[in-house]
Amino acid sequence: MTADFALSLAQAVTKGLLTGMVYGLMALGLSVIFGVMRVVNFAHGEIMVVGMYLAWMAFEYLQITPMLSLPAIAALFFVLGYALQRTVISPFIGRPEHQQFLLLLAIAILLVNGCLAIAGPDSRSIQMESQFESYQLGALVFDAVRLHAALAAVAIAGLLWLFFTRTRIGKSIRAAADNNMGALVVGLDVRRLYAFTFGVGAACVGAAGALMITIIPVSPFLAAEYTLLAFVIVIVGGLGSMTGALMGGLLIGVSEAVAGLLIQPSLKSMVSFGLLILVLLLRPQGLFGKSST
Amino acid sequence: MKERPRLTRRGLGQAAAAGAALIGAPLPLRHAFAQSGPANLKVALLLPTSGIQALIGQACRRGADVANDVMADMKLPVRLEIVNYDTESKPDVARTQAEKAIDAGAHVLAGAFDSGQTIAIAQVAEQRGVPLIVNIAAAPQITEQGYKFVVRNFPTAPMLITGALALHKEIFKVSGTTPKTAVLMSVNDTFGTAMINGIKALFPRLDMPYELVDTISYDPAAKDLAVEVAKAKATKAEMLMPVSRLNDAKLLVQEMVKQRWEPMAVMNPGAPGLYEQDFLKSMGKYGDFMISNVPWLDPKSAMTQALEKRHLAKYPNDQLDLNGGFTFEAMLIAAQAWMTAKSTKPGDLMEALRKTKIDQHVMIGGPIQFDAKGQNVNIKASAVENLKRKPTVVMPLESAAAPLVFPMPGWNDKRRT
Repeated sequence: MTADFALSLAQAVTKGLLTGMVYGLMALGLSVIFGVMRVVNFAHGEIMVVGMYLAWMAFEYLQITPMLSLPAIAALFFVLGYALQRTVISPFIGRPEHQQFLLLLAIAILLVNGCLAIAGPDSRSIQMESQFESYQLGALVFDAVRLHAALAAVAIAGLLWLFFTRTRIGKSIRAAADNNMGALVVGLDVRRLYAFTFGVGAACVGAAGALMITIIPVSPFLAAEYTLLAFVIVIVGGLGSMTGALMGGLLIGVSEAVAGLLIQPSLKSMVSFGLLILVLLLRPQGLFGKSST
Repeated sequence: MKERPRLTRRGLGQAAAAGAALIGAPLPLRHAFAQSGPANLKVALLLPTSGIQALIGQACRRGADVANDVMADMKLPVRLEIVNYDTESKPDVARTQAEKAIDAGAHVLAGAFDSGQTIAIAQVAEQRGVPLIVNIAAAPQITEQGYKFVVRNFPTAPMLITGALALHKEIFKVSGTTPKTAVLMSVNDTFGTAMINGIKALFPRLDMPYELVDTISYDPAAKDLAVEVAKAKATKAEMLMPVSRLNDAKLLVQEMVKQRWEPMAVMNPGAPGLYEQDFLKSMGKYGDFMISNVPWLDPKSAMTQALEKRHLAKYPNDQLDLNGGFTFEAMLIAAQAWMTAKSTKPGDLMEALRKTKIDQHVMIGGPIQFDAKGQNVNIKASAVENLKRKPTVVMPLESAAAPLVFPMPGWNDKRRT
């Protein structure tokens, strides 16, 4: 292996890790919602795209950078997620899976068409000076925007971990996820906890959207691609596992980047889907998931 | 208390039938009216005005929007009825829209900037026997399939490449600097694939002074080109030859700056992207000194000056480039054919198109004329360098509006302001 190739490989891995952290945050929301409520959010990518549009609008019309608009977007998504769960999703908990699937698919279609009606079909991106900046460490070059987004994603994931392990409500959510009946018996308001969980999941996705707009342009049709990507990540990592979502994000980010370097960039998605098939064959519960048996 | 009217199945059926009749009726009526011989030539302009190619499609459309005014300024006794159709940057939509335009009575189709979409429209034009004037699309097969209703006023990919590579040599000669290696980065759509194949086929024959060390292709809808640029940088090529569109050209340059890759030149072998207004606006100082070897507007032509004047008046914030220029020329060709044919019948119009000879037009090159295949072979390439955020002709020297700057200054060079 030549020094040049080693450097290119290291560069690809670095880029993959940074992108993977944002992927991980995006998938975290999906995993948290499924882990607690056993509802698969098929509108996940669409919610992220709405977050991207909000961050774009804040930048375009109010000159607020995505990093600054992120907390407001996350808070708004928490409230909207909470309300959506209480009003629309809650009646579907415990119903057959195909009904849940159709409900969330309908929500996804509404969101995409809403974006289309408001912002049109064109690609929207934000243009900041930092998008041309990078940091250098030895021979390695770090993309400034990706580094900032990755650090923010790690910080948000850390806050989420603190929330689930240190706060009373976080512990109650985990209790309800582990034993729904037990939680009801000890008097926990499980319906409220579910709504809270959906709010937290939506906030994660909204935050991921605000970070993602700094990396890629947004269009309404981006949603389906990212719903699929989030599913690949959580299935590889383990559906319902927070660690799995984060590690899955890193794994997919790195594998895509390395595959782009070693094979052909336009074939990079093939590797993540190949990985998905391997995991489904050899470890269906995902790398960090618990076996159902 | 009043009883509310009830919705019955019969009522619903009647309402649906009435609605369908109301919606459906105007189409055949319009078609019948169009066939009865209207006074105007109805030109259906099919362009990607939304979707991934939206900004370029809109730039094309602006050229057609001012066409009637420019032709009036040039004392041409003609006025076209131009109807716009959006292809949404998708070949399947382009095909549907072409059919819709013909059903609505279009006498001539024009478009569609993108090769894939143009091929879809050409098939419809051929099946329905309606002339298609291609404004921009380089895939060779458009004029190689024996179509009888298609003419193209844009170079084929081999023509683009041959012209561009000849200019490369001229640039190296004038600047006294020649890169030894180059890397080709290209979109993998119909246009990109045609260009890659063309370059690979022509490169050995043209005796180029540099070696092509790698070819990297990517999706035109790519959202991130970090890996692709890293791979290109790893080749240590002294020149980047991008075959890009608009969005990917922006991603490409953004990544080059971030990855601190400073090749001697970013010079395309005849492709869009680098000279687009949105590219120049978004990239700022980083977009300067990139060279596009493409057909361009002839600043010395009286018609170009009239076009620039009208364009500036109607779109003061938008740049007139080859997209607007070639789309204007498509309208000019349609108008000329109509004046010659004195009829809106497809056969007469096509006959007139085959005999077209327009000496005064806007793009650099000889008169607009079509060969037996429907291809204009008189279009010439020019080297257009981005200088102070403006695409400026630097080659051939007789048409140059500013001196060439080569090699390209580094990203942090003082000349980038």
